Parts: sequence; C-alpha cells; structure tokens
Amino acid sequence: MRILVTVKFTPDLQSQRSFTDGSVTRTADDGSMNELDENAVEAALQLVEAAGEGEVYALTVGGPDAVAAVRKALQLGAHHAIHVSDAEIAGADVFGTAKVLAAAIRKVHDEQPLDLVITGMAALDGLTSMLPTALAADLGWAQLTLASSLSVADGTATIVRHMPDAHETMSAPLPAVVSVTDEANTPRYPNFKLIMAARKAPVTQWSLADLGVDGASVGAIAARTEVVDASEVPPREGRQVVTDTGDGGVVLADFLIERGLA
Amino acid sequence: MSAMTVAVLVEHRDGQVAGPTLENLTLARSLGRPVAVWIGEEPADDAVASLGAHGAEEVRWVELGGTARLPKVRSAALAAATTDTRIVLLTSTFLNKELAALLALATGAGVVVDASGARIVDGRVETEQTVFAATWNVTTRIVAEDAIVALRPNTTQAVALDAPATAVLEKVAFEAPETPESLVHVDPVERGEGVPLSEARVVVSGGRGTNGDYTLVRDLAEVLGGAVGATRDATDEGWISHEHMVGQTGTTVTPALYVGCGISGAVHHRGGMQASGTIVAVNLDPDAPIFEIADLGIVGDLNDVLPQAIERLREHKGA
Ligand SMILES: Cc1cc2nc3c(=O)[nH]c(=O)nc-3n(C[C@H](O)[C@H](O)[C@H](O)COP(=O)(O)OP(=O)(O)OC[C@H]3O[C@@H](n4cnc5c(N)ncnc54)[C@H](O)[C@@H]3O)c2cc1C
Ligand SMILES: Nc1ncnc2c1ncn2[C@@H]1O[C@H](COP(=O)(O)O)[C@@H](O)[C@H]1O
Repeated sequence: MRILVTVKFTPDLQSQRSFTDGSVTRTADDGSMNELDENAVEAALQLVEAAGEGEVYALTVGGPDAVAAVRKALQLGAHHAIHVSDAEIAGADVFGTAKVLAAAIRKVHDEQPLDLVITGMAALDGLTSMLPTALAADLGWAQLTLASSLSVADGTATIVRHMPDAHETMSAPLPAVVSVTDEANTPRYPNFKLIMAARKAPVTQWSLADLGVDGASVGAIAARTEVVDASEVPPREGRQVVTDTGDGGVVLADFLIERGLA
Repeated sequence: MSAMTVAVLVEHRDGQVAGPTLENLTLARSLGRPVAVWIGEEPADDAVASLGAHGAEEVRWVELGGTARLPKVRSAALAAATTDTRIVLLTSTFLNKELAALLALATGAGVVVDASGARIVDGRVETEQTVFAATWNVTTRIVAEDAIVALRPNTTQAVALDAPATAVLEKVAFEAPETPESLVHVDPVERGEGVPLSEARVVVSGGRGTNGDYTLVRDLAEVLGGAVGATRDATDEGWISHEHMVGQTGTTVTPALYVGCGISGAVHHRGGMQASGTIVAVNLDPDAPIFEIADLGIVGDLNDVLPQAIERLREHKGA
C-alpha cells in the first residue's frame, strides 16, 4: 500500500493570526502542520500498518517554513517527505495549489504507482475545503471527501460520510483522493525515537522547474480571486462578566429581554 | 451594466425551501436578475411561489433522484441549469463547498466560500468574509469573469418583494453523467423538531459542564425559540448526536443570539460561533476563554442560573 498525504503549513491556532499584504502571515515559530492533517497522516499509517507493507509520503507546497509541516509528518511516522517551494507559487489560489500538488504527486506516482492520496478535510487557516476536489480533478482520479471512516479492499476505497441529513457510504476505485475528518481517528503522539530521526531525515526539495510547471499558470497572476482588504475585527464593546450571587438567571433573562432577543 | 442573471441553488427539505435560500435570493436581487435552481423531485406550487415572492423570476428544475447525492452528478446538474449565468450563489455547507469547487473547475469561475456578503464593484463580484475564528474581516475580489459565492446562513435578512411576483417553473434537460464514485448506502438521520442548527436565529449550546443532562439547555432553547448546539466533547461522550456539534469541524453558526452553557470556549469551538450577533455564556470558571468573546458572561453554576433564567423568560413570554 503506497499512500501520499498532503499536509499544509498553517499558523498555530492559538497564536495571533494575521494578514500581511493580502496573504496569511506564516512564520516558523508560530506555525506547524495543519492540525486536521494529523488525521490524514494517521489514516495513512493505519492503512499501511493493517496491510503489513507499504510506504507513506508526506507532501507540502509552501514557502521555506513549510518544511515544518512535512517534518511533523515524519515525526508521526511518515516514511518520505517532499517539500515543493518556489517564489512563483506565492499568491496561488486553491486551483494553483492543486496544480502544483498534482504535478508532484504525478512525479511520485510515475516512479512507482500510488494507491491513495489522503488529505485533511480543511486547512484550519482558510477552511475552504476545496483543495481535495481540485486536486482529484487535476489528477483525474476519483474523489471521496469528508470521510469519517475509510477502508480499502480489492482495489476499492470505501468511506462513510456524515452529512446533516444522512450518513452516506460511498466507494470508488483506486487510485483515489480521500479527505478525512477529525472523526476518522485519533492521531498518535510522536515517540522520542521518531522525533530524533525526523530531525535528520532527508526532505526532497522540488521547484516548479523540477515539476515542469509554468509559474505563470499557478501563482498570483493565475489566481481567480484576490484579497483587496483585510482588517482585524475590533473586540466586542461593552462586554460584561457578572458573578452569580443568587440572581444570575434573572440578570441573564433581563439582558435578553432588554436586547429584544427574548 | 445590464442586469446579469444570478443563479441561486435552492436548499430544500421535505419539499420546503430553506431559509438561507430566501436570504440568498434577497441578496441576488442586489446583484442582478435572480433565478432559482431546484435539484430533485418536482417542486410543489407553494415552494415555487415562495421563491418567486423572494425575487426568483424563474425556477429551473433539474429532475434527479438518489444520485443527486453524488457531488459530481449534483454539480453537473447545477452546471446544466446555469450555462447563461455569471454568478452562482449557494449556502455555505461542506457539500456545497465541494459543488462550488467542481463547478469552478468546469467554468473557470472564481470562488469564495463562507462569505457574509457580496456586491458588484467595477463589473466584478466582491465578497465579505470573516476568517480566523471571526477575528479578521476580509474583502475578496473575484477577478475571474464568473463568480461562485457560498454564503453563510443568517448573514442577509430575507425580504419578500413589495409587489407580488410569480416565478415560472422550467424543466432543464439533463442527463446524469457516469461517475467513478458510487453511492453504496444511505442511512437517513432522524431530523429534530424546528429549524436546523445552521439556520437558527437563536442557538443554545451545552458543553462538558452539562455533565450529559441537556434538559436545561433544551428548555432554554425552547423558550427562546432556538436550536440546541453542543461541543465536540459532548458529542464524543455520546450525550447528544454529532449533528448538534458547533465548531470549525462541526456546524458553523451565525445566529442573532448564541448562549453557551458549561463551555470553555476552545478555539475550535469559537471558530464556529464567534461571528454570532450577541454571545452569552454561563460558566463556573471566571477564567474560561469564552468570557473573552461574550457580551454577557455569568460566572456561576448552570444548574442554578438556567432554571432561574428559564422561569423569568417564560413569565416574560406569558405576560
Ligand atoms: C482537530 C480538532 C477539531 C475540533 N473541532 C471542534 C469543534 O468543531 N467544535 C468543538 O466544540 N470542539 C472541537 N474540538 C475540541 C475542542 O478543542 C475542545 O476540546 C472542546 O470544544 C471542549 O468542549 P467543552 O467546552 O464542552 O469542554 P471543556 O473544555 O472541558 O469545558 C467545560 C467547561 O464547563 C465548565 N463547567 C463545568 N461544570 C459547570 C457547571 N455546573 N456550570 C457551568 N459551567 C460548568 C467548566 O468550567 C469548563 O470551562 C476539536 C479538537 C480538535 C483537536
Ligand atoms: N499548500 C498545501 N500543501 C499541502 N497540502 C495542502 C495545501 N493546501 C491544502 N492542502 C491539503 O488540502 C486539505 C484541505 O485544505 P483546504 O481546501 O485549503 O481547506 C488540507 O487539509 C491539506 O491536506
């Protein structure tokens, strides 16, 4: 079983996230692998462990700091790490990013076929959830999204996804792109041995030229959307915190009544 | 610029048009000439009438059965009904984000999801969005000629047209494509009473602090006419079903009022509710992060505070 996992470098959820010149500010000290991609790595490791053989590749597209994302995947147990970085990728939208990821995946797949690509359900910095779809389309592979469980047998991937009105079971032939939710599994903690090994493990570095991708077709010029303004939401005004001294419920109710909310 | 055709994908349940669709039609009127796209069994007269009353000049119906659940079939149906439209509006749900991506791949459109508004500036669509757990406002310009915007519920007020109007129902010719994905099994989720969480004007949520007993949370939701929400910890414990989970990986809600009871306010949870109009929290711990974003915080035991609040609100309602 050969599985490639896409992992994104995102600002730490607990940190002060911000925008600089229309892009999410990303720096090495307050960012890491997108938390939801831990579920993707875990899903891949579990499938390889269950098969008793196979390899897991971690792939990221991003600036120099993004290497932290694939290092994290190595710490969790991924076997190979690939970091695609190129100044011309800056400002790429979801379709540009998908194109670069797809080119890198094809390069791995052409060397020795992959069975699956697993992604997280969303990047917690943007939450667009559109990348898996764009990636599958670019590769021309089937897509199974928002899997809260995933199994593979006889060349077919089967998932269950929880939609608001129904739980759906869907299947598709391999190779396929699968996005997993945080319900799919509980990511493992990296052990000390893996953390030490990940520090020294080689990371394959590719540029757009290595992938034969034209920068003009993926970067800011090709983007279909552009951030024209970003501003911090001011804190809520007139906030009050009241300690209940026996009439807390009345205070709450009166507040709602005054505001016309009850 | 002459009025462009703006398509609104209709969300419907049991034949009824969902509230966010009427919100999107209201917004569509400010962008161009609205048409509604209905995917599924034939819409009933009252559904067509309500779409018309909110501005849809046409209701384009694509007949589809169970395969409408397959994202590629659904997006092909939407594409068939929107060949002449520059702008497509959808409700921002996980399924619709996937449809938006598939449609954009087919048409070259630019996409913004989780938007809270859209307008036309210099012949292009610009959207408003809040990101990073509602801590930043972002304006995005869709530079591509075609635009697809998925809007969060409760961000536009649905307003019917002043003058009565009727929509014309038209059937769109469509043949579902073959897809590599197949639907093996569908297990319907029992639908609760009242409006769904994502569309509710009031949401009352309970977390670990409820200790598994949702009676008070439900009673408060009932007297406020709201829906019941929960945290991940509560759904993981099996105290309440997954459909109730509010948060970045659950349902994003933007109600006029959000009441959080026994909820610490973890960043994952806040990401799904921080853009709510008014936020009220009840928590024993004065340092709970939810107080940082609450308009009113009550430091206290929900078992004391909620019964008193419910009683007072019932009196108020009865008065
Ligand atoms: C990848 C990922 C995604 C996640 N996505 C989500 C998500 O979408 N939504 C979500 O909710 N969580 C999500 N989580 C989980 C999240 O991080 C928190 O663990 C969770 O929100 C905490 O739930 P809680 O507030 O109910 O519990 P706790 O954090 O344990 O808080 C319980 C609170 O109740 C208070 N309390 C206890 N007793 C009482 C009482 N009698 N009266 C009043 N107050 C009382 C306590 O003081 C405490 O503050 C996610 C986690 C991960 C890793
Ligand atoms: N730049 C990137 N590099 C690698 N993987 C990515 C990148 N952007 C998005 N992804 C993957 O796509 C998933 C969904 O992201 P998104 O569609 O941006 O919300 C993430 O969980 C990642 O697995």
